[in-house]
Amino acid sequence: MRRHIPQLPQFVGCRSLVSHTVPLRSGVSPMADATAQQSSRSRDLDKLLLRPGHLVGPAFEPGAELRDDLQKYVRILVVGAGGLGCELLKDLALSGFRNLEVIDMDRIEVSNLNRQFLFRLEDVGKPKAEVAAKRVMERVSGVNIVPHFCRIEDKELEFYSEFSIIVLGLDSIEARSYINAVACGFLEYDSNDNPQEQTMKPMVDGGTEGFKGHARVILPGMTPCFECTIWLFPPQVKFPLCTLAETPRTAAHCIEYAHLIKWDEVHSGKSFDPDNPEHMQWVYLEAAKRAELFGIPGVTYSLTQGVVKNIIPAIASTNAIISAACALETLKIASGCSKTLSNYLTYNGVEGLHTKVTEFVKDKDCLVCGPGILIELDTSVTLKMFIDLVEDHPKLLMSGASVTHRGKNLYMQAPPVLEEMTRSNLSLPLFELMDKFPKGIVHVTGTAGKGDKRQSCLRKLRVAFKGVDGITDTDMAGGA
Amino acid sequence: MARSPIPPEILSPSVSIRTLSPKSQISPLISPLLLSPLRGFSSNSEGIMIKLFKVKEKQRELAENSNGKPPVKKQSAGELRLHKDISELNLPKTCSISFPNGKDDLMNFEVTIRPDDGYYLGGTFTFTFQISSIYPHEAPKVKCKTKVYHPNIDLDGNVCLNILREDWKPVLNINTIIYGLYHLFTEPNHEDPLNREAAAVLRDNPKMFESNVRRAMAGGYVGQTFFTRCI
Repeated sequence: MRRHIPQLPQFVGCRSLVSHTVPLRSGVSPMADATAQQSSRSRDLDKLLLRPGHLVGPAFEPGAELRDDLQKYVRILVVGAGGLGCELLKDLALSGFRNLEVIDMDRIEVSNLNRQFLFRLEDVGKPKAEVAAKRVMERVSGVNIVPHFCRIEDKELEFYSEFSIIVLGLDSIEARSYINAVACGFLEYDSNDNPQEQTMKPMVDGGTEGFKGHARVILPGMTPCFECTIWLFPPQVKFPLCTLAETPRTAAHCIEYAHLIKWDEVHSGKSFDPDNPEHMQWVYLEAAKRAELFGIPGVTYSLTQGVVKNIIPAIASTNAIISAACALETLKIASGCSKTLSNYLTYNGVEGLHTKVTEFVKDKDCLVCGPGILIELDTSVTLKMFIDLVEDHPKLLMSGASVTHRGKNLYMQAPPVLEEMTRSNLSLPLFELMDKFPKGIVHVTGTAGKGDKRQSCLRKLRVAFKGVDGITDTDMAGGA
Repeated sequence: MARSPIPPEILSPSVSIRTLSPKSQISPLISPLLLSPLRGFSSNSEGIMIKLFKVKEKQRELAENSNGKPPVKKQSAGELRLHKDISELNLPKTCSISFPNGKDDLMNFEVTIRPDDGYYLGGTFTFTFQISSIYPHEAPKVKCKTKVYHPNIDLDGNVCLNILREDWKPVLNINTIIYGLYHLFTEPNHEDPLNREAAAVLRDNPKMFESNVRRAMAGGYVGQTFFTRCI
């Protein structure tokens, strides 16, 4: 069982993946010829990497050097060590990558063991990332996996910047949105609004839900990012509170009543923890009582878990298929041995099998991956002057702008309480308000357009200060 | 459904093994996109990444130095959208907003409503708002901090307002929610009860409902329940 993303309209497809044709080997290799061992292990991989082809990416240079470089220079982060994460680590290790890291904040639970095949009964309670890394290293010689047992938000941005590719095996929109924002945050555009390839942080995102899944390639700046298409997620199903309180009709209504209303009534101030079995048991018993009162059948402990934690059954084979597709895309991005899928693969194994590739479209005004509008300023320009400038800028024509920079609200036109708190910034130079960095992203909200077409909008601006080149020597000295 | 429209000459990862009923095919939400011509593989040149990775890794090995980027917190897309909502707030005189954590935390705030009409005239009611990082995909979590005798607000502060749950849409905003809350005070509704007793009194005996509301707002008992003064 796993937490469920609301009706992910997202699946995958696969083709026979190199790593799947290679049987898992014990780390203790026989004393036989080590070279033969090595060549047989990379035999299938070699077919992709050592031979030229018609369907390869541009500038693909097949050869042993490419295979060696992949092992030596490519660093991959796997986000999540659950159902997909276990598969991904195994697949990536067997696809020849040697430098892997994995991050996951969870500990192993008994209910994981049916599909998170790297874990054993004696591992229950241990951090997933640590056990997963250890098990794959035991089985696949030569691979080094560094585990990180923490929240993704706990890591500095620097941590993420060091990876060549980030592969996601996640189960929530929030976590995807966060990693996407981090990865897109590294992207820089040149003065013609073209993405600079060396700043691009590719992501490969997998997701499964029962018999359905998706694999997706995100090349920030070139293909749509997660935020460009976030609106495609169907809204979560939420029952009206008054239905729960007054006219329950289903078992789910009874469970949500116990979870959302009864819990607060009885445990004033104590918040419900879905990972605490005692809490879950309490909700289950309350839900069962209520169901009996209204003559509603079907309340069980596992349904209670399902409703409260949005859990649906996870299918091991779906994870394997999605992971295979993701590992293959990762290999393709890194090596150029084939063009990457463009850009969204759905897999549906509910009835027979169906896979399909859909090309999602980039939102050119995306606040996360889009270029924004470049504005060059003198360091002396005050926030007030900047707001006036935004009003006259031909691409913006935005009046009454409110300005925010990296979580700091520099000026708010409304409400009055915030206007008052930010008014004193108006006379300060923007350069100072942006902590004297030579360039940075600010977001402005206001009314833009002409005549009848005026409408409120939110825009991303790339502010660059003239005459400040890179980090100044004094800054480096001060920081070192 | 026929095979995927990807030309067979392209090595396609797409296979339809069986004909499927439309409902099992794909989420209806994606289907409009499928009407656009599909290309199985990217035609844009994402180039070969290994060279970049190689160069970068060598740089990294040489110097573990920072690239001059400010190590700052990430602003989520939800926060940005909320920034827009807040900077465009246009509240009636009866409503005010405050930010207990200061000007840079917009994700948690309080809204105070002082109805100028109806049963609740003269009362002061405070609501807490918690906004998620994937706002507006997810509706704000709103609770009433003030204990109130109201058919649609229970004694724990849960609020029965359709746009907070089943009817939330990303096109709605904070302003709409505040107007919705205000509406609850001018038009309490006995048909969607969260406080069943209050709803029954409103339905059967509006005069008594009115006096119960006055008593609760002035600070006192209605039935077994004590309400603190909020006038």
